[in-house]
Amino acid sequence: MTAIITAVALSKTYGLTFALRKLDVSIAAGQFVALLGPNGSGKSTFLRLLTGLSRASAGSLVIGGWEMPREADAVRAQIGVVSHKALLYDTLTARENLRFFAALYHLPRDKAEARINALLEQVGLARRAEDLVRTYSRGMLQRLSIARALLHAPDILLLDEPHTGLDRSGSEMLDTLLRAAHAEGRTVLMATHELERAAALSTRVLILARGTAVYDAPTAGFDGERLAAQYAQVTG
Amino acid sequence: MKTPFFQVVLAIVRKDLQAELRSRELVSSMLMFALLSVLVFSFALELDRLARQEAISGVLWVTVIFASVLGLNRSLAAERDAGNLDAMLLAPVERAAVFFGKLLGNFIFALTVGLLLLPLMAVLYNAPLLQGWLLLILFLGTLGFSTCGTLLAAMTVQTRTRESLLPIVLLPVALPVLLAAVNASTAILRAAPLNDWVTWPQILAAVDLIYMVLCYLLFSFVIEE
Repeated sequence: MTAIITAVALSKTYGLTFALRKLDVSIAAGQFVALLGPNGSGKSTFLRLLTGLSRASAGSLVIGGWEMPREADAVRAQIGVVSHKALLYDTLTARENLRFFAALYHLPRDKAEARINALLEQVGLARRAEDLVRTYSRGMLQRLSIARALLHAPDILLLDEPHTGLDRSGSEMLDTLLRAAHAEGRTVLMATHELERAAALSTRVLILARGTAVYDAPTAGFDGERLAAQYAQVTG
Repeated sequence: MKTPFFQVVLAIVRKDLQAELRSRELVSSMLMFALLSVLVFSFALELDRLARQEAISGVLWVTVIFASVLGLNRSLAAERDAGNLDAMLLAPVERAAVFFGKLLGNFIFALTVGLLLLPLMAVLYNAPLLQGWLLLILFLGTLGFSTCGTLLAAMTVQTRTRESLLPIVLLPVALPVLLAAVNASTAILRAAPLNDWVTWPQILAAVDLIYMVLCYLLFSFVIEE
């Protein structure tokens, strides 16, 4: 399969501290990769490098055939990001938020409106579209966040602990949306601490520790328990 | 691949105005500070009428500038705390377009406060503040201050002491703007001949232009890791 993300000897340092240490990763198009690891293992740093919000100290990173950071704008048009923060304006309505981001992604107005309506419907927020985002529950915020991330129909979805603060039903609803995004052919890379959820959703698991990959394997045949045992073994 | 520059600028300005019209958090706090400041100065200078007349342009600019600092801090802090600055930077947009979008929003808010302040001060200080030249100086001065203020607020907003740090780094940088604006305003209020002070608006416009070019070039270094 074609690699959509290729990192070679990717390093990121903050002063004398290594956040990522010569990381080699290749992710094929259409994979759902769970990015696991203890706090400080480099998961969020890796995601920030993929988004272009941070620059690597060494190594190379190619996303969708585009080289980072030189061709970062081409990459940005291909990625959607969901983090534990909603990245939405709470004094705007859901529709106004999506219109704003549609303008930033240069979606033509008529196409943007159709896309916004379809996404609001898909995430179950069509009836609350004109409500201010500050009146939303945490679960609704994350669903709207998914809609924002999918607005420009990206090929790659990057998620940084998207289940943080969600209750059980909110998490399940988010899982359904993530499965749907993956079923549409998107490559999904999700950093999480929830091993059971990682085993259930992903097709591949990548465990980082001390800034480098210590385990990388398909998730097929894994359940939460087995993954937890593997995780404990490789992260010490 | 990139979203056109002016589309990004307009989207950000529209979003900032829409949010402010709804919440009225930013302008109302700036305006409240400005009103209190003007009133305090008015009472403090009550006994000396001459000093009061001489101090009008100083009072106006000190008030506008500190109200602007308040607005700049809150405007950028709101973006940073909610992660929305990152959300904008995740889009295929020129970093400078994000800067000009935020700058225009901050400028409109600061100018609104300045424009509302003028009639109030005209009454309180019994001075002819509503005149074309003074409006031009207010426009240019606020623009220059908002330009360097937006860049420096984007820097200081990443620190824990942002509220106190912004005025400390901003006021020395904005000194040429302040100097030119106060000198021009004082001359206008004294009804001095145009030839005596016309260089000040010219200096102000030149400083504005220099700041804009510098901020355009520096903004991406300020916001990216």
